[in-house]
Amino acid sequence: MTVRLLYFAWVREQVGLGEEVVDAETPVPLGALLGQLQTLSPGHKQALADRTRLRAAINQNFAGWDTPVNAGDEVAIFPPVTGGN
Amino acid sequence: MFEVRVQRHMFDLASEHARLAAIGPDVGAIVSFTGQVRDEPLELEHYPAMAERQMEELLAEARSRWPLKGALLIHRHGRLETGAPIVLVLTASSHRAEAFQAAAFLMDWLKTRAPFWKKDANGWVSARESDEQAASKWEDR
Repeated sequence: MTVRLLYFAWVREQVGLGEEVVDAETPVPLGALLGQLQTLSPGHKQALADRTRLRAAINQNFAGWDTPVNAGDEVAIFPPVTGGN
Repeated sequence: MFEVRVQRHMFDLASEHARLAAIGPDVGAIVSFTGQVRDEPLELEHYPAMAERQMEELLAEARSRWPLKGALLIHRHGRLETGAPIVLVLTASSHRAEAFQAAAFLMDWLKTRAPFWKKDANGWVSARESDEQAASKWEDR
């Protein structure tokens, strides 16, 4: 099964991609998926190593690391948001 | 009229304000907040689908807390020069207290929930603890 990943801000820059589709045995907890992603490249490892610096969303809703990811989900990983003024 | 917009181009406060002013005779108060780029130019990245969704949810939450007659939330993205407007919040209600409170709430929650990220000449801007605190003061209401 596949999951669509989106990366933003410095996570995107370090991973070197804005978007990718990965194979995963779903359902998988978000935190476990994060661990799997770290094995993809040195950039992934650097960007995703410290989850205290990261936030995530599943299908455009904020999600904690224990939340299950299902096949076909859109998962976004990014730094804490800094919009506004 | 309840509306959210995410756009690259400039917004016009006067025309947006006029739209809320025209909602109806029971509107007695309109509050506007404009946030602008401070100190140095910025690049604002965002997650389009989630930004609109989160902003819609913010409006729904504000409506559940205060008897608003209308509200508008606009957030810009892309490259913005110093002094350029970034965000516009407009709230309309019968009396001023609800409009003031809802506008403050919308900005505080927007800062911690809408997926936008700022980059300046020094790199990606870090999230501030004070923004989390400002947002959390609305949690138990």
